[in-house]
Amino acid sequence: MQTSLTEGAAAEQLPADTQQPEGSNKAGKESKQNGKLNLFRLLLKDRFATVSAVILVFVGLTAILGPALMGDLATRQNLLFANKAPFTFAHGWEYFLGSDSLGRSMLARLVVASRTTLSVAVPAVAVALVIGSLWGVWAGYHRGWRENVSMRIADVIMSFPSLLLAVVVLYVFSPSAANIVLILALTRLPIYLRTARAESAELQSRTFVDAARTFGAKPSAIIVRHVIPVVLPTLLTLATLEFCYVMLAESSLSFLGIGIQPPDVSWGLMVSQGRQYLQTAWWLSIFPGAAIVVTTIAANVLAAWLRIATDPAQRWRLALPRKRLIARIPVKETQP
Amino acid sequence: MKTAAEQASSKCPVTAGTPAVQAKARDVVLQVRDLAVDIRTHRGTVRAVNSVRFEARAGETLALLGESGCGKSMTAKALAGIMDPVCDLADGQILLNGTDLAALSPKERLKFAGPGLGIVFQDALTALNPVYTVGTQLGEAFRIHRGLNAKQARLEAIDLMKRVGIPEPESRVNSYPHQFSGGMRQRILIAMAVALNPRLLIADEPTTALDVTVQAQIMQLLRTLREEGQMAVILITHDLAVVAEEADSVAVMYAGNVVESGPVSEVFADPRHPYTKGLLESVPVHLERGAQLKSIPGSPPELHHIPAGCVYQSRCPLVQDICRAERPALRAVDNSPTRTAACHFSEEITNA
Amino acid sequence: MPEPLLAIDGLTKTFHVAKSASGNTRLKALDGIRLTVGRGETLGLVGESGCGKSTLARTLMMLETPDEGTVTFEGTNPFGLRGKELLNWRRRVQMVFQDPFASLNARMNAADIIAEPWATHRSLYPTSRARDARVRELLHMVGLRPSDARKSPQEFSGGQRQRIGIARALALNPDVIILDEPVSALDLSVQAQVLNLLNELQKELGVSYIFISHDLTVVRHVADRVAVMYLGRIIESGATEEVFDHPKHPYTAALMSASPKLDVSGTPRDRIVLRGELPSPLDPPSGCRFRTRCWKAQDICAEVPPEPQVLAAPDGTRHVAECHFPLDSIKGLTGAAATAL
Repeated sequence: MQTSLTEGAAAEQLPADTQQPEGSNKAGKESKQNGKLNLFRLLLKDRFATVSAVILVFVGLTAILGPALMGDLATRQNLLFANKAPFTFAHGWEYFLGSDSLGRSMLARLVVASRTTLSVAVPAVAVALVIGSLWGVWAGYHRGWRENVSMRIADVIMSFPSLLLAVVVLYVFSPSAANIVLILALTRLPIYLRTARAESAELQSRTFVDAARTFGAKPSAIIVRHVIPVVLPTLLTLATLEFCYVMLAESSLSFLGIGIQPPDVSWGLMVSQGRQYLQTAWWLSIFPGAAIVVTTIAANVLAAWLRIATDPAQRWRLALPRKRLIARIPVKETQP
Repeated sequence: MKTAAEQASSKCPVTAGTPAVQAKARDVVLQVRDLAVDIRTHRGTVRAVNSVRFEARAGETLALLGESGCGKSMTAKALAGIMDPVCDLADGQILLNGTDLAALSPKERLKFAGPGLGIVFQDALTALNPVYTVGTQLGEAFRIHRGLNAKQARLEAIDLMKRVGIPEPESRVNSYPHQFSGGMRQRILIAMAVALNPRLLIADEPTTALDVTVQAQIMQLLRTLREEGQMAVILITHDLAVVAEEADSVAVMYAGNVVESGPVSEVFADPRHPYTKGLLESVPVHLERGAQLKSIPGSPPELHHIPAGCVYQSRCPLVQDICRAERPALRAVDNSPTRTAACHFSEEITNA
Repeated sequence: MPEPLLAIDGLTKTFHVAKSASGNTRLKALDGIRLTVGRGETLGLVGESGCGKSTLARTLMMLETPDEGTVTFEGTNPFGLRGKELLNWRRRVQMVFQDPFASLNARMNAADIIAEPWATHRSLYPTSRARDARVRELLHMVGLRPSDARKSPQEFSGGQRQRIGIARALALNPDVIILDEPVSALDLSVQAQVLNLLNELQKELGVSYIFISHDLTVVRHVADRVAVMYLGRIIESGATEEVFDHPKHPYTAALMSASPKLDVSGTPRDRIVLRGELPSPLDPPSGCRFRTRCWKAQDICAEVPPEPQVLAAPDGTRHVAECHFPLDSIKGLTGAAATAL
């Protein structure tokens, strides 16, 4: 897209970030703080990104603080209030989002489930991200046999259906949360490995990497200084997409009875448990489903924004009116 | 097509000055009047090309000379009608054989584009489609504009390849662009541009990506084609030496404006704008090795911050108050009908 | 003539590539390169794309490992070095890259880019105070303002970026700087500024330059001696004036003739327009590599590769050309032009 711009426009994009105060020569902290402040200010400018950030913070706080506030509400059964419809305070605030067939509060269950869900999804994504990325960056930077071996390992893992692998492993071992995290991390690791390898292999041939080599910088130093900062935004975007996948995978496993075990509850488990009541009590599936969707969309929007905002060469795009971004469609060339 | 070429030539400024000029007087093929192009950006609209005026004559080469970002490529794109969607033609006329291209609808213009003018781009690899054979791409113009079938178009393509000096055209017509070397690809691009015998050929930095020995070949080819077809050639370049060797007249551009124009021999021997003079002095020739080059201080203004007065004021050694207040118009200098300069003090510039 | 600081002898580098038309998979990018660079001297390296001049630069920077040949720098061969000694060699020889946009990491600011070499060479400027002071000094040396230190590369123009690249190369106080087409990506008026800067820095610091360029006018202006490369070989070398005014190798003559001159006096000059293009380095011609495009080629040129001949130069400098039939004077050139055209 950028290359299709005209020379004039290209020249004018150059001074992307002029917010940095001139003449501040004190190194380190000051400029970094400034960078963070700028990022925050940029975030406030983008409405969608701001809303997403607020949603994610809310979900995170709920997962951390919510269960304590709810007490035993999520497990307390009350058959008098079984299958109550949502959006009424008639049965007390705890039943505002309705109740399930055992008369447990949906609201409380959602809150408690959020913790389980995140405590599986976040570590699973994080473990795969860290190991896969570092491995991929290392393999891509050095090329040669390291790259070949790594890619073949990735192929082997990829060619095995990940859910099937999970089923096999979780049947053999006990279906604990830790095991779910490990198996999900393992099966999703090749995604990061491949992406990181591809980007790193491309980056290692760039001139500024060559320049660093001419100083005698060690490969590890070059990877930390030049490769990872460039690869990271892409991988983080990938991670948010994976976050969505992992939540769904966890719910599938829970559905099969080898994931989260009742009385523990996760959003995915709630969706699968409510599935049979879809005709009579839609809220049992829809609310946890909506929670999954909203969380993943918010994570995606924020990741997309972050990817642009952290790239100094792309940051100018955020200053562009939204319409213009959409309006820039390729033209037919009249060249015969 | 209209035969308004003669009409246009009779309207153009009188060239019957000296006998030398008269001998060279040829039909005006293209006349650009007060061309202005705007770019819309997130920081508002900027003017990338401003009141540009020049004319190109049959059988002659006009060089548009300038540094990157001066608007020379934008001017070329405006002439060819292939501007990016963020750019608008804000003002001006583009008279090709008397027809104002700027006033035509995009559809009419498309019809006009092939036969009327051809354009050669700098990067021959990206300008050619990698998935079609060069024969298909060369024949396309004939199929669209002359309604030839595939077989006839292929024959025409072979003929064209012969004309631009590609060896063994019969077998190479079925090759793909990546199978050709850089120089040969540039020849194919030139062949595409001259396929329909246009009156005007725009060459946008045609040799910048090529080696000097190949550059010499391509320039020779352009000269031959120009003579054969009596085309007007507009050569867009940043290379002063190329201008000196290839062009008859030159228009020097700076920050979207033409600052000086005239016959190359006169302009280079005796520049009448401080920018032209500065450029000429920046070339390391006739200097003792290691001697200080006379460089132009600073860099061209950003399009967002083009000053109100003269566009060159921030780098000009002759700058006065009037330069900051008033933008000099492009006016005749030296009592010459062919030379113009946009400087308040063009008479005071000596080529000492 | 200054004593040689850096001597290259018989440097050969072969790349293995996918099969070519003739089934050859070995690309000889460098073939027995022999060069010397004196202290404080500028050696111009001229040639067309694909002639191996960038490979030579990369090999000297040890981004590539040569197959054969030696480099002698103050009596040591850097290719045998390891660890600290290798780091020391890297400190002595630095490089400025062609593309001022690709050679700077867009995510770092100017000060960090210039200071980057010190992350490896920590002993050079051990304290952050010393580093900051040196960054300011370097910025000043290359004509940038102290306030530019915190700007990111996007905020600079091409010429300013190249100045940052030069400052980075100077950060380690090298003895030799390899300049790989340092001004070819720049506009003319800016090009002159950077050439002046390089010139001043050389006078001030006494560094040697290996100046790689395809622009003959620029090379003539900066270089003390010139070496002309064709398909991985140095086909002619000598003092700049000698080589430019009395080229002995037909390729050099053609190259000089093909490059446009800024001369509007109107006198038509003889031009040698070479046939064809650079042969693929995968399948170089037998014998003399230039024979396929040479107008003087005879049968012997296809059979015997010409040995380097030391030819007499009036000012006593060494003028070496690899040709069976070296041109003797400008007269030969004019005749040649007639036949070539």
